[in-house]
Amino acid sequence: MIADHLPALQVVVPLLAAPLMMLVRRGTFAWLVAVAVSWTTLAIAFALAVKVREVGVISYAMGNWPPPWGIEYRVDALNSFVLVLVSLVASVVAPYARTSVAAELPRDQHYLVFTMFSLCLAGLLGITITGDAFNLFVFLEISSLSTYVLIALGRNRRALLAAYQYLVLGTIGATFYIIGVGLLYLMTGTLNLADMAQRLRDVHEMRPVLAALAFITAGVGLKLALFPLHFWLPNAYAYAPSAITSFLAASATKVSVYVLLRYYFLIFGVPLVFGRLPMAEVLIGLSVLAVVSASLVAVFQRDLKRMFAYSSVAQIGYITMGMGLANKAGMTGAVVHLFNHGITKGAIFLLLGGVALRVGSTSLERVAGLAKTMPLTSFGIVLGGMSLIGVPGTAGFISKWYLVLGAIEHGYWGLAVLLVVSSLIAVAYVWRFVEVAYFREPEPGAARLAEAPGSMLIPAWIMVAACVYFGLDTSLPLDGARAAAALLLGGAP
Amino acid sequence: MSFPGHYTYWVTIFLMIAGLYIVIARGNLVKKLIGLGIFQTSVYLLYIAPGKLIGGTAPILAASFHTYSNPLPHVLILTAIVVGVATLALGLAIVVRIREAYDTIEEDEILEKDRAEEAEE
Repeated sequence: MIADHLPALQVVVPLLAAPLMMLVRRGTFAWLVAVAVSWTTLAIAFALAVKVREVGVISYAMGNWPPPWGIEYRVDALNSFVLVLVSLVASVVAPYARTSVAAELPRDQHYLVFTMFSLCLAGLLGITITGDAFNLFVFLEISSLSTYVLIALGRNRRALLAAYQYLVLGTIGATFYIIGVGLLYLMTGTLNLADMAQRLRDVHEMRPVLAALAFITAGVGLKLALFPLHFWLPNAYAYAPSAITSFLAASATKVSVYVLLRYYFLIFGVPLVFGRLPMAEVLIGLSVLAVVSASLVAVFQRDLKRMFAYSSVAQIGYITMGMGLANKAGMTGAVVHLFNHGITKGAIFLLLGGVALRVGSTSLERVAGLAKTMPLTSFGIVLGGMSLIGVPGTAGFISKWYLVLGAIEHGYWGLAVLLVVSSLIAVAYVWRFVEVAYFREPEPGAARLAEAPGSMLIPAWIMVAACVYFGLDTSLPLDGARAAAALLLGGAP
Repeated sequence: MSFPGHYTYWVTIFLMIAGLYIVIARGNLVKKLIGLGIFQTSVYLLYIAPGKLIGGTAPILAASFHTYSNPLPHVLILTAIVVGVATLALGLAIVVRIREAYDTIEEDEILEKDRAEEAEE
């Protein structure tokens, strides 16, 4: 009985938890609910993923209104993978958040953080699971609005301006998306994504469809920080509370990438996007610029959070590059990198939260000699950094391997070389941390610093361990990514 | 296929561009939000105008009515309006906090203060 309603519960559980926390107004209670909710969503996501493997596609008619009239929740190989990623990140970040939030924010705001966290989780899961274009917009706004609040809660006053700028750009992005959906609705008369894909075949060549593609690309591109639309990201990540940064870095942009994947491959279709329009060249070109320029900018940052935020822009470039390649290896690389980058960046930002707690800052000058005072944290950041570089034995290697394969399969030898060279730039910025933390003497007062508390260190190290584990035993994410890539390239949903 | 025939689209496009221009060109944080509001409003028109048929009524099944306007865009836009209100409210709330923290709501003055703070460090 309950098993039939899992797709709805995936979203409804966190959505209903939020007002409950709001009414009770107790920090500890809200935290307990947030942990329970995120673990529940993880269990549901796993159950759905297992079921999708058996039956292929789960279609759930919300409120028993049959699609295409009612809102359909549709789970397939691609979005069940993303659901697992998002809820996995949430269930690691939620237990961690208590200590981190308690250290960074005044007491009366604690319950608000968990309320917004829960809403944001509901929004992200909703974007992923829904099969309705307009419903997707609503969830996009739920997750975005709660994200703006979470960023604005940061303790530095610059967090306010970062949140404001993200609000303006995010709203423009969402509005662009809804303009695109409006044009598609005018052309097809449906909002159900699967139905829309069918009907678009008849009107392929018409200009409003092309305009819709442009609007959706620009709108979702803003949300996923596609170069050069990434200006909101570094400030937002740098000034948000630490726990929130790691949640957003690991999940929010990935969900937007998923939306773009779905629209390109399953709705507009490969013949239109990559055949008639030069989107492959555009995507690969922008991705190359993102990878090179954002990595270079990261090298010159003075603050670790900002450094890894710029690195996120570069890593998203790898994902969109795989998308632009649009062949089996490239797509597998893109989807698996979605997962691998999610856990890697999540791990790094969780550890940086510990640094912020003990040192009081994440600027490079202040972390001198960190390896002596916080050895576990420093070593974890180095392992995460190795995964960003793509050292064999870490998760990052697997995705880069598939991307290189995809580039070679296309005959883009230059691109394959560039992938390797860009990893060297990642070595440069990770090395800057290594040099400061391992080869410099701690500041005089720093000797008394201790390792981050276990409640923060354990979740962070679970993520670090996952980076290494999925680098050695690749079957779990790779099987999921292969199935997703096959679905994306297989044509009809 | 003439200019008057596409009248609603011209209005939509004008509002869209005007709103976006205000967001980009103005440095005052409240004015930016107003521009954002105008930009969002243009989308309401984009959805609602094509749903209307001249002489069409609400879809009420009765013998005396034969042409119906499409009600779905209205419902969608009702949701979009709620989203727009929430965005505007949150944006203004953040501007209030910015004013408390920086004592100004002009973007260039805020950035100036941030730079001065950074130079001190």
